[in-house]
Amino acid sequence: MTLLEIRSLTHWFGGLRAVHDFNLDLLSGELVAIIGPNGAGKTTVFNLITGVYRPTQGSIRFQGRELVGLPSHEIISLGMARTFQNIRLFRELSVLDNVRIAHYARTHYSVWEALFRLPRFTREEERVRHEALELLDIFGLADLAELPAKSLPYGQQRRLEIARALATQPKLVLLDEPAAGMNPAEIDQLMETIRWLRSEFNLTILLIEHQMRVVMNIAERIKVLDFGQTIAEGTPQEIQHNPLVIEAYLGEETVL
Amino acid sequence: MKKAFWDRWGLPLILLLIFPLTILLPRSGLINPYIDLVLKYIGINIILTVSLNLVNGYMGEFSVGHAGFMAIGAYVASILTVWVFPPQWEAVLFPLALLAGGAAAGLAGLGIAFPSFRTRGDYLAIVTLAFNMIIKSILENLEVLGGPRGFMGMTKLTTLWWVYLMVILVIYLARNYVYSSFGRGVLSIREDETAANLVSVNTRQVKVLTFVFSAFLAGLAGGLFAHELQFINPRSFTILKSTDMLVMVYLGGIGSLGGSILGATVFTVVMEGLRSVLQAVGISQEWRLVVAPLMLILLMLFRPRGIMGLREFRFLLPREERSEVIRAAREAARAKAVIGEVRS
Repeated sequence: MTLLEIRSLTHWFGGLRAVHDFNLDLLSGELVAIIGPNGAGKTTVFNLITGVYRPTQGSIRFQGRELVGLPSHEIISLGMARTFQNIRLFRELSVLDNVRIAHYARTHYSVWEALFRLPRFTREEERVRHEALELLDIFGLADLAELPAKSLPYGQQRRLEIARALATQPKLVLLDEPAAGMNPAEIDQLMETIRWLRSEFNLTILLIEHQMRVVMNIAERIKVLDFGQTIAEGTPQEIQHNPLVIEAYLGEETVL
Repeated sequence: MKKAFWDRWGLPLILLLIFPLTILLPRSGLINPYIDLVLKYIGINIILTVSLNLVNGYMGEFSVGHAGFMAIGAYVASILTVWVFPPQWEAVLFPLALLAGGAAAGLAGLGIAFPSFRTRGDYLAIVTLAFNMIIKSILENLEVLGGPRGFMGMTKLTTLWWVYLMVILVIYLARNYVYSSFGRGVLSIREDETAANLVSVNTRQVKVLTFVFSAFLAGLAGGLFAHELQFINPRSFTILKSTDMLVMVYLGGIGSLGGSILGATVFTVVMEGLRSVLQAVGISQEWRLVVAPLMLILLMLFRPRGIMGLREFRFLLPREERSEVIRAAREAARAKAVIGEVRS
């Protein structure tokens, strides 16, 4: 089943064409990576999918539903989540609140029920607290629930960001350079985590990554972007030997 | 068992025991009218500070026009008690006038919420500043409401016990709001609005609710203020009044209800103390106008988060948010997770 279907997606920033005619079919359960040099438009693609920018052209369908024009929070509530290249936690807030905030769309009480603490409010709050703590426990963060997010070390902040993303109960997760700033041992652990997440939560994953080791190891399919254009597509093996890709990454002279 | 009882009922009991005092003390003459007045000002200022703190402290937006909301509440409540309510009923209908004043201000808050979708920071501050000036201009030009001369004829309906009840109600409601899904949405806007949207927070909804709620509270305070002074004019609600509110918020501490209480209390007492000091020394009272802005500058330089910045008194936290409850919930969540693992 096609989960995400992107057709001729194009985006201009003023006179700069950041993404040009981008197409993607993401099947349910797949793990696909988007790679490419700096400034190739990878993060822009994520921003277009999640409604941060509105594309100049093209269509994005998620489970058959058109996303272009929807506000971010609605897109997320449809079953999508993302993490960021540079961690974007709510730094001053507690670890628990970081995860609870991601329950916003799935919390069912009105503002009146909240103001007067009516039964449904109490019930829902208890459920949210419980679910959030369970999720934190899975990521080994439950004991830190009351600490401000900014006080966690880097690796734990990355994990908290993933936990927060999962709290929206997504089907599709967009990971933006999850291995950024990690050492080889941490990267090994991260790949383990991504594989495990995928099977445990039945996720489809779209991944942006710079580290070839990660991409070649876990991606089933790779798309290579350069200057907003898709220059290659295929399995890790195919990509590794594609002259266009080598050129984009290493420069023309080296290839010649 | 005993500790749990006091934990649950201690605060309500204390508040209940104080209530008769707020009726009896002013009547019996045990506190003189001046102290009575200062206490009422403290209460009104607490409501104003909580109101502004929701927007500036919790949400991280910057409103400098809250005196405009206060003005709307003051005028609407006064119109009701002076022109609409029959005189023999006005004391009973007073809370209704306050609510109506708050509701009218809340409606204006809705108007301010929309620009906040598109702009924030300095630009939104200018929008709120303009709003404050517009309200003042409108009131100055409405001859029917006395224009620049002001509006009068109100009975002194604002008693100490009314202020006391309203302060408790406001803090209760604000606390419930802040510690709810909506309140956490408010905090997430302050921390990172884009990230908030991308974890499913409907930030527009949160902004609308918060601006309306905040404006409602300011309007409520305006009604109390009007029926204490028994006379209001547009000049009572200028940017200077908004500045006072800013000082109270940033003195007490952003993102804190306890801070709002402290900030309003300390500020009111200092300003009143200054009045008698200036009088005693024989310096012009005009100098009081310098003190509030000066305090704001010093606070921003040396303690931008205020006394209680982002912290809260334990007694103001809902029970479910206290450490021991969260710890217990954590153990429960863990036990369930372990059972799940064993099963699978």
